[in-house]
Amino acid sequence: MAQSSDNNSLMAQAAKEALVAAAVSFGLFILYVGIETYQDINNALVWRTRWGLLAVFVVIAAVSRFLVVGFIKPHLDKRKRDKAKAGIPEVSDGKNFFQRNFLKIALIGLLIYPPLSVMLAGTQGSLKYVDNFGIQILIYVMLAWGLNIVVGLAGLLDLGYVAFYAVGAYSYALLSQQFGLSFWVLLPLSGILAAFWGVILGFPVLRLRGDYLAIVTLAFGEIIRLVLINWTAVTKGTFGISGIPKASFFGIWSFDVGAANNFTKAWGLSMSSAYYKIFLFYLILALCMLTAYVTIKLRRMPIGRAWEALREDEIACRSLGINTVTTKLTAFAIGAMIGGFAGAFFATRQGFVSPESFVFLESAVILAIVVLGGMGSLTGIAIAAIVMVGGTELLREMEFLKHVFGPDFTPELYRMLLFGLAMIVVMVFKPRGFVGSREPTAFLKERKAVAGSFTKEGHG
Amino acid sequence: MTPGTNTMNNNDTILKVEHLSMRFGGLMAIDDFSFEARRGNITALIGPNGAGKTTVFNCITGFYKPTMGMITLKQRDGDHYLLERLRDFEITKIAKVSRTFQNIRLFSGLTVLENLLVAQHNALMKASGYTILGLLGMPAYTKASAAAIDKAKYWLDKANLTERADDPAGDLPYGGQRRLEIARAMCTGPELLCLDEPAAGLNPRESAALNTLLHSIRDDGASILLIEHDMSVVMEISDHVVVLEYGQKISDGTPDHVKNDPKVIAAYLGVEDDEVEQIEEQLDEGRI
Repeated sequence: MAQSSDNNSLMAQAAKEALVAAAVSFGLFILYVGIETYQDINNALVWRTRWGLLAVFVVIAAVSRFLVVGFIKPHLDKRKRDKAKAGIPEVSDGKNFFQRNFLKIALIGLLIYPPLSVMLAGTQGSLKYVDNFGIQILIYVMLAWGLNIVVGLAGLLDLGYVAFYAVGAYSYALLSQQFGLSFWVLLPLSGILAAFWGVILGFPVLRLRGDYLAIVTLAFGEIIRLVLINWTAVTKGTFGISGIPKASFFGIWSFDVGAANNFTKAWGLSMSSAYYKIFLFYLILALCMLTAYVTIKLRRMPIGRAWEALREDEIACRSLGINTVTTKLTAFAIGAMIGGFAGAFFATRQGFVSPESFVFLESAVILAIVVLGGMGSLTGIAIAAIVMVGGTELLREMEFLKHVFGPDFTPELYRMLLFGLAMIVVMVFKPRGFVGSREPTAFLKERKAVAGSFTKEGHG
Repeated sequence: MTPGTNTMNNNDTILKVEHLSMRFGGLMAIDDFSFEARRGNITALIGPNGAGKTTVFNCITGFYKPTMGMITLKQRDGDHYLLERLRDFEITKIAKVSRTFQNIRLFSGLTVLENLLVAQHNALMKASGYTILGLLGMPAYTKASAAAIDKAKYWLDKANLTERADDPAGDLPYGGQRRLEIARAMCTGPELLCLDEPAAGLNPRESAALNTLLHSIRDDGASILLIEHDMSVVMEISDHVVVLEYGQKISDGTPDHVKNDPKVIAAYLGVEDDEVEQIEEQLDEGRI
C-alpha cells in the first residue's frame, strides 16, 4: 500500500518536473528554434515559424526529464543504497578473462586488423578502414603518448606540441627531396632534429611555470608554423611540399609504381595502393609500440620517477638534489622526439606537407586526447584517441544523416561540437580521464593503483 | 655545563654560519647572524614568530641567496663547501645537506616507497649510466636499484612506515607524513639534516615517535639542525640551542643555559628592554 502511494507521488513529482522542463525549454527555444529568419528572392529578410520542430524539442525535454526523475534517478539511488549496505564491493578480485588479458587481446586485434579488413571489404575497400581509421588513429595515439611524457608525467603544460610534429614532417620532406635520403635514415634524423628543437625551446622556456609556460609554448607552435608559411624559398610557403618519397620496405621492395623492385610486382599482386597502406599501418603500429615501450621503461628508471616527482612538487625535488632543469629538458626532448617520428611518418604517408596541417587546433586535439584518456595512462589515452579520432572519422560516414537533416548537412562539421560534448561528459563523470589511477613503478608487497585524487596535474 | 661546549661526541664543527645577512627590500630579515653547529649534535634554532628562523634555513639550503655572509659546511672527510655559492639542488647533491619543509612537501601521488626512491635519484642516475645503461638492462643498474630498495626499507623501518610502503604518500596520517618526509630526506644520504618545525601539529604520541626517530638519526651519524616552536621538544632532544629574535642572535648555548637566559625570557614573554634587568634580579632571587 505504502509502496504504491510512494510510486504515485513519485510519478506526480516526475510529471510536475516534466511540465516545468517543457515550459523552460519552450521559453528557451521559441525564438531560436520556433522562428527562423531567411532571405527571400529579393534579398529581404523574412521570417517563418517552425512549430513542429519546436514541439519536438519541447517533447524531448519533457520526456527525458520525466524519465530521469521517475525512473533513472530512483534506480541509481537504489543501487547506491544497496552498495552502501553491501559494504565495500568496489574492488572485485574476480576479473574476467577479457579484463585480465585486455592488452594482449588489443594487440592481437591490431595485428590482424588489416588482413581482416581486406578479407571483409576487398583490397580496394580496405583502404578506408586501414588508412582513414587505422593509420589516422594510430598517428594520434603516438602523438598523444609523446605529449603524455611532457604533460602527463612531467606535468609541463605544452600547448605547442604540434611544432615538433611539424619539425619532423618538414625534416623528412626537405631532406628527402634535397638529398634523396631514404625514409629509414631520415626517420631517426627527424626525431633527433625535433628533440634538438625541443631542447632549444626548452632552455629559455622551462624556467616559466604553469600558465606562462603554456602561453610561451603556444607561441612557439605558432612561430614554427609562421616560419613554414613565410620562408617560401625553402618551404614553398602555403603551397606546401608535394611529391615526398614513399617509405620502402626496408630498402628491399619499393612502393613506387615505376620502380623495378615494386612490391606488388615482386609478389605478383594486383596494382593497388592498399598494400602500401597496410605496410604503413604496421609501421605506425611498430612506432607506437616503441613509444609505449620507451614510456613504460622510462617510468621505472630514475629519470621517469623524477618526472613524476616534478609533477607532484618541484620544490621538494630540488630539496632532494634533483636538477630540475635537466629533468624537464629530457622530458621535453623525448616528447619532442616522439612528435618528430610521428611527423616523419605523417609526411611519408601523405606525400604532401603544408603548414595547414600544423595549426593550433592539432595541438589542442592532442592535448584533449591526453586529458580525456587520463594523464599518464597509456591505455586510457589510446582509448581516448580511438573514441575521438575514430569518432570524427565515423561522422564522415554518416551519410544517412543527410536524409534526416537535409542535403546541406555535413556531419563532420559537427566534430568539434561532439569533441566538446565528450569532454564535458567525461570530465563530469570521470574528472581524471578514462583511466584516472596511476600504476606505481615499484612496490614491496603488492602493486596497488594510486587513486587519481592523490596525484597532481603539475604546475609547470 | 658551560655554554658552547658539549659532551656528546667530538667538538668538530659541521656547519659554520658567519655574518649572515638577508635583506628583502627594506626589511632586514637576518642581521649579521653567526652560529656553529657541531657534528653529531642536534642543534635547535628557536625564536618567536617572524624572527627569521625559516629565512636562515632557506639561506642554508640554497632556496634564498644571502645578501651577505658565509656558510661553510665541513664534511666528514674534511672537504669544505661554501653553501651560498652552490645552487639549491647542488647543496643536497654535493654538500650533502638535506631538508624538510614547514608545510609538508611530499609527492602525494607517488607511493611511500617511490618517495624514498626519488630521494636516491642522483645515486641511481649514476648507476643507470644516465638512463642509457639502465634501458639496456645492465646488471650494475639492477644491483643499484635493489640496493636503493634496501635503503628505502631501512628507513621505512626506522620511520615505522613499512606497513604503508605501497600506499600513496598523500594517504598517510599527518604524523606519518612528517616521518616520511624525514625518512625521504635521509635517503639522500645527508651529513646535515635540516628540519623545519618537525613537531608542528603532532599529538603527544606522534611527537614521542618523532623524538625516537631523531635520536636514532643522530646515533646513525648525521647531525641535525632544527627549527622548533614546541619548547618541550627543544629542551628534550637538542644538545645546543640558538635563539633568534628580529634577525639577530640573542642567546646561544645548552638548553639549560638558554632556558634561564633573561633575554630569551624577555623575547618570549614580550618584556620591555629596561625590564630585563628587573627580571634578571627576580631570577637570581629564584622567584621565577
